[in-house]
Order: sequence, then structure tokens, then C-alpha cells
Amino acid sequence: MPKRTDISSILLIGSGPIVIGQGCEFDYSGTQAVKALKEEGYRVILVNSNPATIMTDPEIADRTYVEPITPETVEKIIARERPDTLLPTMGGQTALNVAMQLHQRKVLQKYGVEMIGATPEAIHRAENREAFRETMWRIGLDVPRSALAHSMDDAWAALEEIGFPTIIRPAYTLGGAGGGVAYNRKEYEEICRRGIDLSMVDEVLVEESIIGWKEFELEVMRDRLDNAVVVCSIENVDPMGVHTGDSVTVAPAQTLTDREYQRMRDAALAIMRAIGVETGGSNVQFAVNPEDGRLTVIEMNPRVSRSSALASKATGFPIAKFAAKLAVGYTLDEISNDITRETPASFEPTIDYVVTKVPRFTFEKFAEADATLTTAMKSVGETMAIGRTFRESLQKALRGLETGRGGLGADGKDPDESAFNDEQLRRNLTIPNAERLFHVATAFRRGYDVEKLHDLTRIDPWFLDQIARIVERERDVAACGGLESLDDGLFLRAKRDGFSDIQLAFLVGSNEDAVRDERRRRGIRPVFKVVDTCAAEFRAYTPYYYSTYEQEDEVELTDRRRVVILGGGPNRIGQGIEFDYCCCHAAFALAEMGIESVMINSNPETVSTDYDTSDLLFFEPLTVEDVLHVCERVRPEGVIIQFGGQTPLNLAAALEREGVPILGTSVDSIDLASDRKRFSALLRELDVRQPRNATATSVEEALEKAGRVGYPCVVRPSYVLGGRGMETVYDETALRAYMKAAVEEVSPDHPVLLDRFMEESIELDVDAVADGERVTIGGIMEHVEEAGIHSGDSGCCMPAYTLSDPILTEVRETTRRIGLALGVRGLMNIQYLVQDGVLYVIEVNPRASRTVPFVAKAVGIPLAKIAAKVMAGESLADVEFVADAASPRHFSVKQPVFPFDRFPGADIILGPEMRSTGEVMGLDPDFGIAFAKSMDAAGRALPESGNVFLSVRDSDKRGVVFIGRRLVDLGLDVLATGGTWKALRKGGVPCERIYKLQQGRPHVIDRIKNDDIALIINTPVGKGAYTDEGRIRQEALGKRIPIITTISGAAAAVTGIAARKERGMGVRSLQEYYQERYTGP
Amino acid sequence: MAVAKIVLADGSVFAGEAFGASAEVTGEVVFNTAMTGYQEVLTDPSYAGQIVVMTSPHIGNYGVNDADVESHRPWVSGFVVRERSRRVSNYRASGDLDGYLREHGIPGIEGIDTRALVRRVREHGAMPAILSTLDLDDASLVAKAAAAPGMAGVDLVQEVSSAESYGWEEGEPVEFATTGTRSTPTYRVATIDCGIKRNILRLLVDAGFLVRVFPATASFDEIRAFKPDGLFLSNGPGDPEPVHYVAETVRQLLPTLPTFGICLGNQILALACGAKTYKMKFGHRGANQPVKDLRTGKVEITSQNHGFAVEADSLAGAGLELTHVNLNDGTVEGFAHLEHPAFAVQYHPEASPGPHDSRYLFGRFRELIAQSLGARS
Repeated sequence: MPKRTDISSILLIGSGPIVIGQGCEFDYSGTQAVKALKEEGYRVILVNSNPATIMTDPEIADRTYVEPITPETVEKIIARERPDTLLPTMGGQTALNVAMQLHQRKVLQKYGVEMIGATPEAIHRAENREAFRETMWRIGLDVPRSALAHSMDDAWAALEEIGFPTIIRPAYTLGGAGGGVAYNRKEYEEICRRGIDLSMVDEVLVEESIIGWKEFELEVMRDRLDNAVVVCSIENVDPMGVHTGDSVTVAPAQTLTDREYQRMRDAALAIMRAIGVETGGSNVQFAVNPEDGRLTVIEMNPRVSRSSALASKATGFPIAKFAAKLAVGYTLDEISNDITRETPASFEPTIDYVVTKVPRFTFEKFAEADATLTTAMKSVGETMAIGRTFRESLQKALRGLETGRGGLGADGKDPDESAFNDEQLRRNLTIPNAERLFHVATAFRRGYDVEKLHDLTRIDPWFLDQIARIVERERDVAACGGLESLDDGLFLRAKRDGFSDIQLAFLVGSNEDAVRDERRRRGIRPVFKVVDTCAAEFRAYTPYYYSTYEQEDEVELTDRRRVVILGGGPNRIGQGIEFDYCCCHAAFALAEMGIESVMINSNPETVSTDYDTSDLLFFEPLTVEDVLHVCERVRPEGVIIQFGGQTPLNLAAALEREGVPILGTSVDSIDLASDRKRFSALLRELDVRQPRNATATSVEEALEKAGRVGYPCVVRPSYVLGGRGMETVYDETALRAYMKAAVEEVSPDHPVLLDRFMEESIELDVDAVADGERVTIGGIMEHVEEAGIHSGDSGCCMPAYTLSDPILTEVRETTRRIGLALGVRGLMNIQYLVQDGVLYVIEVNPRASRTVPFVAKAVGIPLAKIAAKVMAGESLADVEFVADAASPRHFSVKQPVFPFDRFPGADIILGPEMRSTGEVMGLDPDFGIAFAKSMDAAGRALPESGNVFLSVRDSDKRGVVFIGRRLVDLGLDVLATGGTWKALRKGGVPCERIYKLQQGRPHVIDRIKNDDIALIINTPVGKGAYTDEGRIRQEALGKRIPIITTISGAAAAVTGIAARKERGMGVRSLQEYYQERYTGP
Repeated sequence: MAVAKIVLADGSVFAGEAFGASAEVTGEVVFNTAMTGYQEVLTDPSYAGQIVVMTSPHIGNYGVNDADVESHRPWVSGFVVRERSRRVSNYRASGDLDGYLREHGIPGIEGIDTRALVRRVREHGAMPAILSTLDLDDASLVAKAAAAPGMAGVDLVQEVSSAESYGWEEGEPVEFATTGTRSTPTYRVATIDCGIKRNILRLLVDAGFLVRVFPATASFDEIRAFKPDGLFLSNGPGDPEPVHYVAETVRQLLPTLPTFGICLGNQILALACGAKTYKMKFGHRGANQPVKDLRTGKVEITSQNHGFAVEADSLAGAGLELTHVNLNDGTVEGFAHLEHPAFAVQYHPEASPGPHDSRYLFGRFRELIAQSLGARS
């Protein structure tokens, strides 16, 4: 059946900012979909508020709206663009929810927009728990016993029938947010209340616990002729009870007989049909009772998902691309498999390797949060590895996780035997946590057997035995008595089991370099095999490789120039999609120059690991060992290390030592910029000011130097990204406490840095490209939050909205001087601050920064691409980027998005430690509107009426009066307690005084609970979720009330509210903004 | 651990570790890409005379059991895997792969680069090979492999077919049954056993047939004596041409009995009607082959195991109509007789292992019989 000709335009909704449960997999899927649809000649209109996406690059869609993904905004876009159809299945839960709202509000009907990919009826059947269960019963499938609750009374009644342990799942939340497992009445009440609160429809599903059952997922595709295929099966190593996004998962399923697997396949296809997903991909989750094989259905997602992205990367079958083609009427047999070329997409991939996905967590950023893994997702990223055995892929994945581990332990990083006793170990095995597999290995080392571990963990004995084999191998290697006496056979077998040189070095008492040299001497090297969808049955044309220790290598090289790009590995806070965006642009730039691009990355969610993005793709951990293997095999003329964030930078020195040419800015210059002493000396030479600072390697030195730098000061370890371990200390006691905690990590090589904290100053970010002779500035961003808040967590605006021209000129000149002095070739980012009209440099990063995609979107210039070309040998003159990007005629506001709702208990105040997971962008000719849009897009929409609660620290009491007055002028009511109330009254602002928590009832939390407060402005005095103000912030978070925690943020918000009330929010596409820039008056 | 080697007729040598029985076997080396169902593969009589390489790297994970078998014993000559599981994990398991193969005298080899081996077979075709845990001398093994007979022209059916006729009454186990309620037997079907897989019998029973299995050498009269309503031609190993005696029986029965053939049965029916077959380069073995039903336009994901195929060009002259085609390579996957109520498919609608997409064919066979009986009465 050919494609539909009765439609010509398609609106595609993206997934918005990166949040836990919704990561860059939707950029991967959405980009594929948009490209596929455009290829078919459709006009594609895209809405996505996330500027760091490839899909929002202006050349991807025909019309790109970087606007809030809300029903109101999307309606405006529909009214403007009048698309024939809406494809809601590419943008995760966000797109599905907004599409459903548009349907319910009859907007789609009004404008005659047809939903393709999934109908509202199908979405309802899949998403509404009751409808889903009824559908399952109708087709004779088993689902866990369950009941719906809309109130605590319902929930108590449900518990009577179901009993403990109980799983609670809120309806319509991201990644199962707010769900959990309850073992007692107290937990049950807590989770039910939170769940009902968080659910868009005030609904939770209370369910029979099948904790400990085996968990599986199938990725299914169906076309409009009812042809259906299963693309991939995935088995969770962590049994039921842990969210699949937080589980270690394996493809294909390993422990099912054909009869069991086919029964599951039959069920998945039946579900797809019964739910009514006529075209596209779906994900179906099952649980299997290991005792008797009973199969139950857990859930179904009628859209592409994190798992479908994983399945695509695991098999080479591009689910989103095909789903888009099916949505416009093609059938599976009409689409050809890109990899084999001659075979169609209507087949089921078969794989001859094992894929393991391991989630990446970030609990260290949310100290107060519970690190137990439950049915609510908490991981922020993931890594995937491919090996010929599960052991090899698991160990590759664990080192690819970049948490400092060389594999499954035996790397010198295992906690001391005495670190936990048997009882503690048992607890670590029973209660799911991020390190559980390491604990399993420890248990094997302590003599536990598979049966005992199965009892404790419920992990399938097959997986446990694989881990036992790793531990046995480790024991054999350790027993051989040294590197020289390690025989070839055992050496090779250990490599085949995925052991890294780091682990082997530890086990034989040597070092990584020596093991590598010895391995080379003995000729023990990996080969590279192809991911081909068909287990070698057909010839593959797509060079998508993974390493393994086998006989035959399949890499085919051309005579073209070749450059390797190192990706960023698993997403984490501080290093996410922004860097992947840059890596993709490097590949695009190389393609334009006719150079073969070779991508190395281990993150299955990304566009960079789409085999379409680069010429060759190596799905490998980003470690020195693994990257060297690729470089030795493909012999590139150089490696781009600037674009993947801290990950590739950490490898630079070792790669250079091994003779791998590093492109762009030299490793020495990068080192100079991050070495405090050298850097300060350079700035002195250039006559550029820096806040007073010092480095220290001991507690005493820190205290002594802090005295000279002056308090408050910001302390942090050197060589970090995303402000890991960064803190502002106000006195000696706090500094002493910080140093005590940090001291283990501190060494002469890795000192602690102390910077004078500049209060009441404005922070700036500059992104520029340099070619060694010239520095061209892409953009200057002014932070909304004052200095001291991590730049990644601060809102920012382009162009600068309060600074004067002379200062901006000074910024440009200083940037040029520094760029030239450092010999930057490629991207550079400088953070400045301005205090009382004086400019200071905070730091210089001669590499891609988190803000590059934002700046590129704001000015319409592909900075990363330009930088990649410069690194590959062109000059800025060659690429015609010699004049600083003109200041756009519109304002672009970047707003961070935080995962606090995932970590109940963690305080939400901002500081020098980055905690945001993603960002959105608001665009408008008016700053206020652009700011309001960014808040809207970030899910913190500013109110136009209602009560605003103000509570500020003493130093902000002066500032708050202005804020209060503006709010009142704008027709909002102001509420305050104690001191803030007095300050407002004194300033003549009419204001209602309300009780603090101990003063009486109703107090401020009661008012919040009663939905009586629309906005909170709270600049914190104390920190911690258990302080009064901490409790207020928690409560507000639960109620999804926007909270602003800085006075400068409040000022911007007031401007936003005013602008929004006066003018309303219009929509405009990026293409139009850029058009105006070139042709405007 | 003991060493084992597999050596191909083209001289390529793969050394690995032995499991299963200690032995030296020759056979045609072929690969199967199914990710589940190794026990079904092992016990499929169509693999007689072949050394089977599984492309899926971990084999043996769920052990073996008494129910998931396609015949009373494994038939492969030798078994090649990337890694045999030493641990069995499944609630239905009654033993492990190693012990199972040892018990049946079949050698296995693990730890080799199975993908490299598969790529050789893909590029150079299925070829004779030797798998040995005894003789480990490369030169000697290469010579033996080169001297090993191929599949073409060899009648393997007589090795696997039952000696006596017997009735079959067992359907699919209830917990895995996909057909819902089992119908009481209404039609009698004579099945010619060229190496029949039990799941065909189970599904015939579930579709409402009274099933009797006849040896491949059964005569026209023996089969007529059963008073069948339909004739079923089973799968089986190797080249259909030397199995001309079955084709002859079919030729006699065809005008009087609605007929359904699978795999080798498909080829035999084609030959019986005058069409031609040929040996494929490396055949189709796996559970993911897309087949299009030309009458409905629908695609089925099918389970396959064959090294020979029917020549598409020869169909028309034999009074046959192409009904199913393989979407990967365009080969013939099924046809129907233009005159008689007879049809056949090259793939395995009984799956086992593999997807259940094509099970409807057993129902179609039943309908065909119903129609033809109705037309006669």
C-alpha cells in the first residue's frame, strides 16, 4: 500500500526538556521521524521547547516551533499552520498527553486535524488503567489483581482485596513518577497520597505485587494491513519491583524457551491489535512467574519509547523511522532494511551478540533522597554495550557507565571487605539499589552460591551464574601470580569475559599500561563485528560495529580522510544531550567536507549513535582502552575530543601519549585552562581580572588560603563538569566540614579550588569559535540568576538584557585575547561576572559547552559545525565566520528543568552544584514574554492572577518591595509571613500576613495544600528539606506550584507576568525568526 | 577442558571446546538464526545429516525438557555454538544440553567464532564439514571434510521416517495451546512421514483431525486402506529428488485427496506435479523469514529449515500457482494446484521453534477438505 496522498502536512510534537524518564531518546526518535516524513515529501511542522535537540535544527523540519509544549501553545501553532495531521507518538508521554488534551478540548476537531500513528481511542485504551485491564481480559490475558483509587478511602478499600506488598502506580505520570511499593500501611498511605497528587487525573492503580517475577519487554510494530513484527525482546536482570528504566536489561531475552517466548509474542501482537494501534511501534511489558511460567501483562506504551530506542540500537532496526513511514500509510514490506538493503522491514531482527543496558544514577547530587530502586524511575541516563556473551557485554557496560569502575569490580575500587558485614551485604542484595550487581559479585567472592543469591535477589539463576563465572575468572587471573605468568589462554579468556586492562592490572598487581603493552606483545586484540539485524545471514552495508575477542574482523575502510569523534557516554547531570548535539554536528561538518566520520559512543538514547549520523559507528565504552582499539583499527588523521563533554577530555592525555593525534586546541592548552596556577598566571599576563582564588591540597592549607581569598567562597575539586562537589562556604566551620568530606579525593594532582564568591553580581557566558588566528563570538548570555548558582542551573538570556554596551565590548575583547593566548582551535566557553561595572573571568573552557546548542538556536548559526570544520583544518575565513554573530532581534531565554519531583526529600534550592537535567528555550521579541514562555515550557508557568507567597532572606528585603509592588500593580495578591510581611508593609505594599508553621493554623502549608497559592518566591536562608522553608518548598513541589528562589529570578518573573498580561503569548517558528534577522528592516 | 574442532571442506579450521558426546561426525554445515528453540532444532528430523551452527551466542540457558521435542531424539550430526550454558534456568527443565547430547551420542563444539563460520557459509554456501573431538589433526580433518558427501542426491528420508504406521492423538500442551478449544476429530488425515515434526501432528490434532502417520515408503493401497479425508506431506531432510517413491505415491493420491504439504512435502508435491527443485546456496534456517501471501497481501513471519527449493519458473508448467513468496530473496514459499484441492508451503506453519503467524494453514486445510467433501456429496 503506498503512502497517503490525501494528506500533505504533519505536526509532530517533541518531548520537551530532558527529565528523568524522558531523555534524549525522543530526539533520536523524533529526528528520524521528521527526516523520514520529509523524505516522503510531507511538510513537517515541529514543536519542541528543547533547544539542545537535533530535531529543532532549522533544516530538519519545514517549520520549527521552539515553544512550550502546552495545549494552549500547540493550538496556536495549529491555528497558524493548519496541519492535516498530528503525529503524537514520537514525543514520549509529553506528546501523548498534549495530543489527548487537544483531542478532549476538541481543538483537533475544530481545525480538522487527524491523529495518525495512534488514535485517541487507542491511546485511551493503553493509558487508562481500567480500560487497559478490561481490554486484556477481553482477549484472555492475565493482568495482576488491581484496583483504582481516586482518594485515600478508595485506596484503603482496595488494600482489603489486594493485600501487601502492594504496588502503587499513578496514572499519567512520567516514568511512573510517584509510584512505589508498599509493605506496610504507613508506606501505603504515603505513596498513595503522593501518587494521587501527582497524577494528572488524580488516580492511582493499586496492584497485586508480583515483585520478584521475571520481567520482559517486547518491541512490536504493526502496519495498516495488520502485518506485525516483534523487533526485539528485552529481559530485565532486575526482576519486577524495579522500574524498567532503572533495571539492568539484556537483549535478546535469555531465559525463555521457544514456547514461552512465542506465547509472549502472541500476547504482544494480540495486545497491539486489541488496543488498536494500527500503525507504528509499541512497547509491551510482561512479567513471568519463575515458578510456573504464568504470564501477566504489565503495561503497553502505544508510542516509541526509551526501550524502542534501545531496541533500535540493539538490533540496527530503526523503529521510529519505520513507525513514521507506517503512520503515513506504508506497509512493512514496502520499506527496505537500510542495513541489508535487499531485504524488507517486514521481518524480525535476529542478533548474534548480547546487548546489556545499565542505568546511570546520580544520587550523589540529591543527598537526602532515598537511593532505593523502586517502580518510580530515578536514573538520569544509561549506557549500552555489545558483546558476544552476556559477561562481556555486562563488563563493557559497567566500564562504559563512567562511574570509575573498570568492570564488575576487581578493579581496585571494590569496597574493603570490612566495609560491610554479612548482614549489610544481605540488605544490599535484597533491597534493590544502583550497585546491586557489584554486591552480587562480592557475595560470590564471599562464597555465596547461586541458590542463596537467587533467594535474596530474585535475579534469575542464569544471570547469577554468569556473574559467578566472572568472579571465577577473576580468581583464576589473580591466582596466576603476575602478568608474566598469566598464560595466553587465560589472558584471552579473561578478555573474552569482558575484563578491562584496568581489572587485569589490578588482579595481577600491575598497571594498565603494562597490561596493554603485554597484550599487544602477545597479539591479544579485539576484532570488530557488525550489527546487521540478521546474524550475518545477509551482507550488511551499514558500518555499525562493536568489539569482541574473536577470530574475524569485519571493518571495511575506504581511502578517504578519516576523523574520530568521541561522544559523551551515558547522560548524567552536567553532561547530556547538549554534548551529543555537538558530536552530531561534528559528524555533519565532516560529511560536508568529504571526510569520513567515525563516532565512538556508548549511549543508546542519542542521535550520535544512530548509524545514519556518522560514516562509521563504534558502539563502545569511552575508556582509554576501548577508544585506543578503535583508533588502532581505523587509523584516523585525528580525534575530536572537544565535543563530548568531560568524558573525552579525560581520555585526551592518555590518547596523546599513545600517539593518537588530537584535533583542535592542544591538550596542553586544555590543561592550562583547568590548571589554576597556570591559568591565573596567564590572566595576569593578559591583564584580565579574576575573583580572588587559591588552590589547596590539605585542610590546613585550605583554611589558611580561604582567609586570604575571603568568605564567602566557592570550593570545589578541580577537573569537574557540572559542579560535582561544589559548595559555597560562608565560614571556617563550613570549609572545614567540606574539606573533611573531600579530603580523600584531594591530592597534589587534584587540589581543591577556592574562589571568592562575588555577591550581587551578574554572570555571563560566552561561546566562541577560534582558529588560532581569529576568535569569533557566537553569543553572550546574561544569567537570570545571580552568580553563585551553577551556570547550568541558571536561567539565561540572549542578548544580554541589562548590561551596557561598554561592558559587552570589553567581554568581546577579553574573549578574543584569551582565545588567542590559549591557541584555541575549535569551541571555547568563558564564564564572566560583572560586579559594580567591573568584569572578572570565572573560568575558561576550551571545548564545547552546554550552551552551544542554545546559542546556535538563538542566533541561527551552527557553531559546533563551524568549530568541527576548523578543527579539521579549515580557517574561520574559509567557513565565512569572521564577524561576531549579530545580536538577534528577539530574546532567547534558556530555563533549566529540575528532577526534584523524583527525589522527595531533596531540597530544591539552587547552588553551585548543578542539579538540572535539561533545559527549555523561550523566544520572543519581548524579554518578558520570552521569559514567561521559558517558565511555561519548564512546567513552571507563571500565574496571571491569584496569591503569591513571598518569603525572603534579610539581604533581599530591600529587593522584595519592588517585586511585591509590581505584583500588586499587576492584580495579584501578595501573602507573606513575619519579616517579609513587615518589609513589604514598610515599603507600602498591600499584603496579607499569614502564619508561619509554628504560629497557628491555617499556616502557609495549609494554604498551599488548599490550592490557594499560585506562585512562591522564596530566597532561602537555610538549606535542607526539613527546615520550615524546606518543608514549604517540598509541599509546593508536590503541588507543582512554581517556586522562584532568587530575587533576580523574581524580577524576571514579574516582567514576564506583566508582559504576558499585556500582550499574551504568540508563536513564531525559528525559520521566521532567522528570516527576519536577514531581511528585516 | 577437551578440545574439539570443526573443519570445513574449503579447509577452514575452527578450534574450540568439546561438549556433548566424544565423537567424530561429518555432515553438511548449516546455520540457524533462531534465538530460541534449540531443543526443537536438535530434534527436528529435517536436520539429519547436518552439523548445525546456532547464530545466537548463548545456547542451553533453559536446559532441555521432555515436552519441547519434535521427535523422539535429536537428529543433527553435530552442534556448534558460541557458548553452551553450564547453568540451566527454567521451571520446566529436566536436564541440560551437554548431558542430552552426550546421551544421544552427538558431539558439540563451543567457544569458536560462530559468526565467522556463518559468514563463510553465507559466502561459499553450505558445504560438507567434520566435527571431531577425537582426531584433532588439521590436515587429516581437512581431508576427511573434503571427502564427506554432500546433500544433493542423497535420500535421508529413509533414515528418519518411522518404520511402522501409527496413530497420533496428542495436541499442544494446554498451557501453551493457541487454538483455544480443541475440536473433536471430524476428518481423517493420512500423513506421510518423511521426518515429521511432532508439532505438525499436534496442530493437526488441535485442528480436528484424526491423524495416522505412515512411513515414507507406504504404498497407495496402505494409505487408501485408512480411508483418509485428506493427505498430509511432512517435512524432512535433504534433497527431494531421491525421494521419488513418495512423489509417486502422491501422484496417485492427488486426484482423490485434498493435500497439504510442508517443507520437503512442498517440494515432493511440486515434483509429483512435474515442477523442479534445486539446491540453494545455504538455504533458509531460522524463525524470522518474511513470507507474503500473494492472495491476501499479508506478510507472515515464518519458521524455516530448508536447503532445497522449488523453481519458480517450473510452477506454471506443472499446473501450479505461486501463492507465497519469500520477501528476502523472492524464492517460492508456497503454491496451490490449479486443478486439485492441494496446496503446500515451503516454510513451517507449525513453527516450533518460531512465530505462530501461519497456524491458520491447518484450519485452511480443514476447510479445503470440508469443501471438497461437500462438493463430492
